[in-house]
Amino acid sequence: MSALGKVVRSGVGRRRVQTLVIGLATMMAVAASVLGGSLLVVSGAPFDDTFAKQHGAHLSVQFDAGKARAGQLSKSKDTEGVSSAAGPFRTATVTPQSDGASPGWPVTVVGRGDPGRDVDEVSLIDGRWPTRSGEIVVSANSSIIPTMGAKLAFPDLPGDPELTVVGVARSVTQTADAWVVPSQMPALTAPGTGGYQMLYRFADAGTAAQITAGAEAVTRSLPPRAAVGEQSWLTVRKTAERDTALYVPFLIAFGALGLVMSVLIVGNVVASAVGTGTRRIGILKTIGFTPAQVVRAYVGQALIPAAAGTALGVLAGHLLAVPVLAETEEVYGTSSLAIAPWVDLAVIAGVLGLVAATAWGSAWRAGRLRTIEALAVGRNSSAGHGRWAVRLAGRLPLPQPVALGLTRPFARPARALAMGTAILFGTIAVTFTVGMGASLGQVMKAKAHDAADVVVPAPLPDLGPQGLGPGTGPGPGPDKQPKTDPAAVTAAIKDAAGTEKYYRAATVRATVSGLNGTTDVIAFTGDASWGGYTMVSGRWLDRPGEAVVPTPFLAATGTRIGDTVTLNGLAEAVTVRIVGEVLDPRNDGMQVFTDASTLTAAHPHLTETSHHVAVTPGTDVTGYVDTLNKDLAALGVTAQAGGLDAGSDMVATLNALSAILTLMLVAVAALGVLNGVLLDTRERVREIGVHKALGMTPRQTVAMVLTSVVVTGLAAGALGVPLGVALHGKVFPAMGDSVGLRLPDSVIAVYHAPELLSLALGGLLIATLGALLPASWAARARTATALRTE
Amino acid sequence: MTMPVIELCEVSRRYDDGPPALHEVSLTVRPGEAVAVLGPSGSGKSTLLNLIAGLDRPDTGTVTVDGVRVDRLGEAGSARYRRSKIGMVFQFFNLLDDLTVTGNVVLPARLAGMARGAADRRAAELLGLLGLDRRARAYPGRLSGGERQRVAVARALMNRPALLLADEPTGALDTAAGQDVSRLLTELNAEGQTIVVVTHDLALARSCTNRTVRIADGRITGDIRSQAVTSQTVTSQAAR
Repeated sequence: MSALGKVVRSGVGRRRVQTLVIGLATMMAVAASVLGGSLLVVSGAPFDDTFAKQHGAHLSVQFDAGKARAGQLSKSKDTEGVSSAAGPFRTATVTPQSDGASPGWPVTVVGRGDPGRDVDEVSLIDGRWPTRSGEIVVSANSSIIPTMGAKLAFPDLPGDPELTVVGVARSVTQTADAWVVPSQMPALTAPGTGGYQMLYRFADAGTAAQITAGAEAVTRSLPPRAAVGEQSWLTVRKTAERDTALYVPFLIAFGALGLVMSVLIVGNVVASAVGTGTRRIGILKTIGFTPAQVVRAYVGQALIPAAAGTALGVLAGHLLAVPVLAETEEVYGTSSLAIAPWVDLAVIAGVLGLVAATAWGSAWRAGRLRTIEALAVGRNSSAGHGRWAVRLAGRLPLPQPVALGLTRPFARPARALAMGTAILFGTIAVTFTVGMGASLGQVMKAKAHDAADVVVPAPLPDLGPQGLGPGTGPGPGPDKQPKTDPAAVTAAIKDAAGTEKYYRAATVRATVSGLNGTTDVIAFTGDASWGGYTMVSGRWLDRPGEAVVPTPFLAATGTRIGDTVTLNGLAEAVTVRIVGEVLDPRNDGMQVFTDASTLTAAHPHLTETSHHVAVTPGTDVTGYVDTLNKDLAALGVTAQAGGLDAGSDMVATLNALSAILTLMLVAVAALGVLNGVLLDTRERVREIGVHKALGMTPRQTVAMVLTSVVVTGLAAGALGVPLGVALHGKVFPAMGDSVGLRLPDSVIAVYHAPELLSLALGGLLIATLGALLPASWAARARTATALRTE
Repeated sequence: MTMPVIELCEVSRRYDDGPPALHEVSLTVRPGEAVAVLGPSGSGKSTLLNLIAGLDRPDTGTVTVDGVRVDRLGEAGSARYRRSKIGMVFQFFNLLDDLTVTGNVVLPARLAGMARGAADRRAAELLGLLGLDRRARAYPGRLSGGERQRVAVARALMNRPALLLADEPTGALDTAAGQDVSRLLTELNAEGQTIVVVTHDLALARSCTNRTVRIADGRITGDIRSQAVTSQTVTSQAAR
């Protein structure tokens, strides 16, 4: 081995802890970068990628089986402009009951012999495609809990059929909630119900106009009103992108924070490692090393642990990314996301380049020192800095070790600044994450309107798949509503023991002047102000003729609070005055909330009605639901505990993601402190030996070392919290803007005084965590050895 | 017969696989004695001092100082023992550069929990007796070698120790300063302070101690008591 190689090897081996810190800091930086970078990349265009891979349907159309025959539908494949098509598939809307549980939500089942190939190739996530009657594949996007082998019963259907879940799958355009073999469909179709589904791909499908033209073309030769519902792939993509758009600013903020912090810590650690080796550099030059050899030796010493840390970091990043990407697939509704190889390569090159550059810069500076000066480093006293602090602390009524520790940052201000910066970024990350989690929770809460203890959902019309109602098509369609009397449901709720209050929400589709398509009008009967609707501005409904609307509706119609809008497409036009702006990201924010009496004349029969109930305090909700369901069984609706779907999987995923990233950033920050305190302790080993020789106990030694980071930790924590709050205050509204939502103060101002205090003390915690190891090392150092140390 | 201040009984200490630094050494030091431990480099002098100071533990044998079994003490116990029983003076002073002279001197007392006022008064008293009262607010970097060693002695006496241990106290000083320190030790011993000095310096041993223990290859090879050294101006309050 060459002399240079020996120097590098001995340097790496001699400074084991510092080598470990460089390796660990690099590992954390690389893992965080691989994870964050990959998430940013996969968040780019997941829907388009998956749509192309699965040959998604540009248009799915639901037909009334009573008005169109299968043969007629098959001929629509030959329509000009249709590049390929699949179907007709029999469809039915059913309400499954899973393994003896309460009846679930209505779902749409489609009969398909295989997952498809040229159009809407359904991707199997688990299990297999059904091969015979009695088997079912459920969609990962459906309300059915996808448990392999679970039995689904259909007590509402003749013959009480029971199916076994043999697979879990996903359609990129969400064309069904579940699939069975075609021969199963008759048993799942109640007399007089059911329909057909056709899936089309067009030669030109890039715009809404092209899709509308295609829809008109394929239905032109069919009987009037045979098509009862349509869904464009553009609508699904828009929804998917709205979901992702909400989280991209979050990922960018976190990724940037992580990268900056990692760069800072790795740079600091490497610079410190080289800096403390200055005297050794002097010795090397004394025995004949050239400045260039010295620089190479020290760059090598930094690169070896950094390279090991990078390799481990890539591995850790990939391992972390597996579950996170799997969860992200759920968020994005896509599948088969993977880390792009170029992300790995970019991160490896970037981090190692950074380490090399930092080490080179520091070693070059040291290499240029005159040999005699380099030799003097470490022998000369660093005394002089911070004596005023020592004098000041000496006057304070504090135990001596605490006073000595508190003044330490003033003796080495540059090092304290480096440690403080690490803690600062860690605190910012934690503060940002805590705020993000709280704000996301508020948004999801507002989205779910989940203040109700019990909800009786509106019975879905017997149409296409979930979310594929006639209202999503180009115009109001002929609803085939089940015969459920909302008044009877209301009476059952009113009579149920434990009911405290309730309201009804009926959905009516109307058109609004200046807007394409239909807009959902939610008409309330009773006081819905307690239902979890979060106001952005204005006030809640007070009297008939008033309405509250989400921000996107205001933007789309160019209206403001106090303006009026006219709802058309009903029996007669209805004008409402907007009195409030509500936070509601559902249906792309295109909704109007008003009182049912506003629509009495225009739409007297409100049938698509959900009921929302608050029970009296102390009431057992499960028992209440079971009892109520007995009364509701005859009415064709089912009560369920809790509010509407809160998108909790998405929140859980993002919270888990932010928790992982935060933990990594905190660990990197603590490593930065560890490195700083370790260097400090090494430098002061003789001083510590003197203290111990004079009677300082191990506990007092630990106290002295720990208190040496207290001031830094408190200062960085105190500064990091407002910066984290400010970052949150910038990023979260940007997230709202990206989806056209204006967020109210209740969503942004999620920090409270006790929480802020805890977060500020978090800086102290990070500092203490980082200083614990060196403190324990100092306490255990042999006094006699320490006294002999130069 | 008074109880010995130091009692080492068949003490051995070996580092790693090397030869024993000390081999079955037994030594007794009575109150008021001033003992010089002489020997060449690597003879075991510093090991002996470290064992007495509780900075190291013997492999075998017992070390008792002022009634305390030092070899049985843990880290915290050793620290408390040093605070209360031992004052140490080092060759290179080991003063803390960030603290003033007074700050250095009060350190052992403050570590022991003495109130600031009382510690400051005791430090002022010691510095006055050692002729350093005008340097109380200076930093060690501003002092001469002799002055630094006097500060170190003042610090060692701060907690009124039963035993003063000095490791080559004149090793880093010029002749005049060395004589100054030697005189100080003599005066302290004359007032009853028990002292153990580890040194190469035969002149120092002759001038300020009344007993010389020679040590070579980890064994005691000579133990000679001489006439007590005549005290001159005595810093009586300094010792007690």
